[in-house]
Amino acid sequence: MTDSPGTERAVLDRDGLGALVRELRARGHTVVGPTVRDGAVVLDEIDSADRLPFGWGVEHEAGRYRLRPREDGAAFAHSAGPQSWKAYLHPQRLREWTADREADGRITVRAEEPARVSYAFLGVQPCDLRAIAVQDRVLGGGAYTDEGYRGRRARAFLVVAECTEPGATCFCVSMGTGPGAPGDAAYDLALTEVVDDGGHRFLVRAGSPAGAEVLAALPRRPADGATAEAAREAVADAATRMGRTMPGTDLHALMAGTLEADRWDDVASRCLTCGNCTMVCPTCFCTSTEDVGDLTGDHAERWRRWESCFDLDFSHLPGGPVRSSGRSRYRQWLTHKLGTWHDQFGSSGCVGCGRCIVWCPVGIDITEEAAALDREWSARTLPPTAPAEPGDARGRSPGRTGP
Amino acid sequence: MSVRSATGGSGPGATVPVPYRVVRRTRQTPDTATLVVEPVDRALPRFAPGQFAMAYAFGRGEIPLSASGIGEDGRTLEHTVRAVGAVSAALHDSAPGTQIALRGPFGTAWDLARARDRDVLVVAGGIGLAPLRPLVHALLRDRSAGRSGGRLGVLVGARSPGELPFADDVEEWSARPGTHVAVTVDRPGPRWTGEVGVVTALLERAPFTPGRTAAFVCGPEVMMRAAARDLAHRGVAEDRVQVSLERTMHCGTGHCGHCQLGPLLVCRDGPVAGYDRAGPLLTYREL
Ligand SMILES: Cc1cc2nc3c(=O)[nH]c(=O)nc-3n(C[C@H](O)[C@H](O)[C@H](O)COP(=O)(O)OP(=O)(O)OC[C@H]3O[C@@H](n4cnc5c(N)ncnc54)[C@H](O)[C@@H]3O)c2cc1C
Ligand code: SF4
Ligand code: SF4
Ligand code: FES
Repeated sequence: MTDSPGTERAVLDRDGLGALVRELRARGHTVVGPTVRDGAVVLDEIDSADRLPFGWGVEHEAGRYRLRPREDGAAFAHSAGPQSWKAYLHPQRLREWTADREADGRITVRAEEPARVSYAFLGVQPCDLRAIAVQDRVLGGGAYTDEGYRGRRARAFLVVAECTEPGATCFCVSMGTGPGAPGDAAYDLALTEVVDDGGHRFLVRAGSPAGAEVLAALPRRPADGATAEAAREAVADAATRMGRTMPGTDLHALMAGTLEADRWDDVASRCLTCGNCTMVCPTCFCTSTEDVGDLTGDHAERWRRWESCFDLDFSHLPGGPVRSSGRSRYRQWLTHKLGTWHDQFGSSGCVGCGRCIVWCPVGIDITEEAAALDREWSARTLPPTAPAEPGDARGRSPGRTGP
Repeated sequence: MSVRSATGGSGPGATVPVPYRVVRRTRQTPDTATLVVEPVDRALPRFAPGQFAMAYAFGRGEIPLSASGIGEDGRTLEHTVRAVGAVSAALHDSAPGTQIALRGPFGTAWDLARARDRDVLVVAGGIGLAPLRPLVHALLRDRSAGRSGGRLGVLVGARSPGELPFADDVEEWSARPGTHVAVTVDRPGPRWTGEVGVVTALLERAPFTPGRTAAFVCGPEVMMRAAARDLAHRGVAEDRVQVSLERTMHCGTGHCGHCQLGPLLVCRDGPVAGYDRAGPLLTYREL
């Protein structure tokens, strides 16, 4: 709830939200937001704010997800659904190029022109906002850039909905990603939904010049003290209602220090290596290429699709997969998310959205696995005579200094 | 410990392959051939020894292949391919005139600065000599031009005499002054009079002063581990040993995630890495 200097704070009512969708569409954006379908809050292209899940909340638990009606009629009081925005910015399957071979053997390769769609995402929760920033670094922040991603991302207009209703599987506070939108985060508009005796309304602030322009075009009133205070309280209260907590250890060091832990065998005995966690995770970016030819043999296409590190072929080498055991594949997933992501991309790969917990068919919980590793690690790294202070081993990192 | 390339971006050469023509094909061993290729139109940026290309066989697929030769003009490239699966077989079988397509150069290069005025050991197992060949060429050039002192040892292991790649080069190198070349095989044939056994045994008679030696190693992972261990025993520190790593690669650009080895993205932080960094990672099973 920090303001960028000079930005206006205003209040929109429900009609104002409708005007926001109309304004974004008028500016050529394809508006995507949460809607209710097939018993879940899913993302879809919307033509009106009426499609938003007014009056729907969700119940989360490990391996369980259920819609729940809300009496207050709130539109953004549902934490992470089965999809994330990566489905739009980093599509599940796309063609990268096509190639043709002439009769004389000459090859021509044509890069696929990415569609110039310009999205507006309505209702990006702060954890997912961070997930977008994480993928920005992976796909656009290195020496090589995924131009398609960069274009889609550069054209996207982000409307954040600060989180006021965390789920039982949420732990954004532990990961430092929510429930409020951090002042330094990149977004265009940030909304905080307030429903109380004063009515159903949205405190809104602009985070970019484009956001300020859109806001200026909406029917709104200046932020009043009561709304601002109610919004602040709702977010502060959400921070106290996280269903899960990640251990306070230096997770990067924990992952590097527990590669041979017994816990990997324990979790491997439960994990089905189905890869659901990687598909629902908003930061997982891995892809495989598929080269396809047509029947003439002279036209070929390069496709790219999401891939999971749980797939046996993921680590394929001519002599056999590098990671054939379930143990090694779960270890790859967890150590990448919480550990080696820091080495590779300078941040954590986990934003605390809880999706991997909810959509795990056997309810494996990333926070519980990290805690178990932490216990095993502490037991090993603490001398037996050390005081039995819980948390004493926190941050202990053999062979490493600093995060 | 390894040199990062300055290439990047996207588009032709980076994310979209550019056509190259096979101008010559030389059989190396029963399942390995060297293709000399030149650009049909535009050339990729110049490769440094140790870097690799993503090589596309039309309609079949794309695989990482090291540059096994880099033309003086920077346009011609050589790739030495061992046929082990569908794509490598298609590339291996590409007759002169065939067009393939390449992206690159990707990854880190052998750190030649580490070899200046030092004794150098180049240790190869089989096809592992491919990425080391342009390094040997560069080392020989530097030494014959008087740009660098120090002795050069090239130690090569092959499964059998017929499976020794670059036999002509190996013979030519051994004639160079100040160069020690030794070859060993696992399974000698009836006419083999040379060494038999593991390549690391060749360290015994290689001339080098451990404290001022740089080593460049490529081959199967077990062989690289053994070489680094034996070198360490003889006093060549791990940070003076560079190895070339192999993992699955689908992109070469750091975006597909397949090539992870713990903290490393091998297409970006490798394939060439110092053994001080790579060694500890190779000790974990299935990392
Ligand atoms: C940096 C680097 C440099 C290299 N340099 C050389 C070199 O100079 N010379 C050389 O001979 N080799 C080199 N290699 C090894 C070479 O890349 C492999 O031998 C090659 O990738 C084998 O591919 P393949 O398709 O022919 O065979 P296989 O790996 O056996 O694959 C068979 C088939 O399996 C399928 N497949 C492969 N991977 C997957 C996957 N992940 N998921 C699903 N299906 C899959 C494909 O259809 C493939 O055609 C290098 C490797 C690396 C990493
Ligand atoms: S690892 Fe799990 S909790 Fe963390 S960002 Fe991914 S899905 Fe969300
Ligand atoms: S956890 Fe697995 S699927 Fe996700 S980004 Fe890491 S390697 Fe890829
Ligand atoms: S090969 Fe794709 S990330 Fe390295």
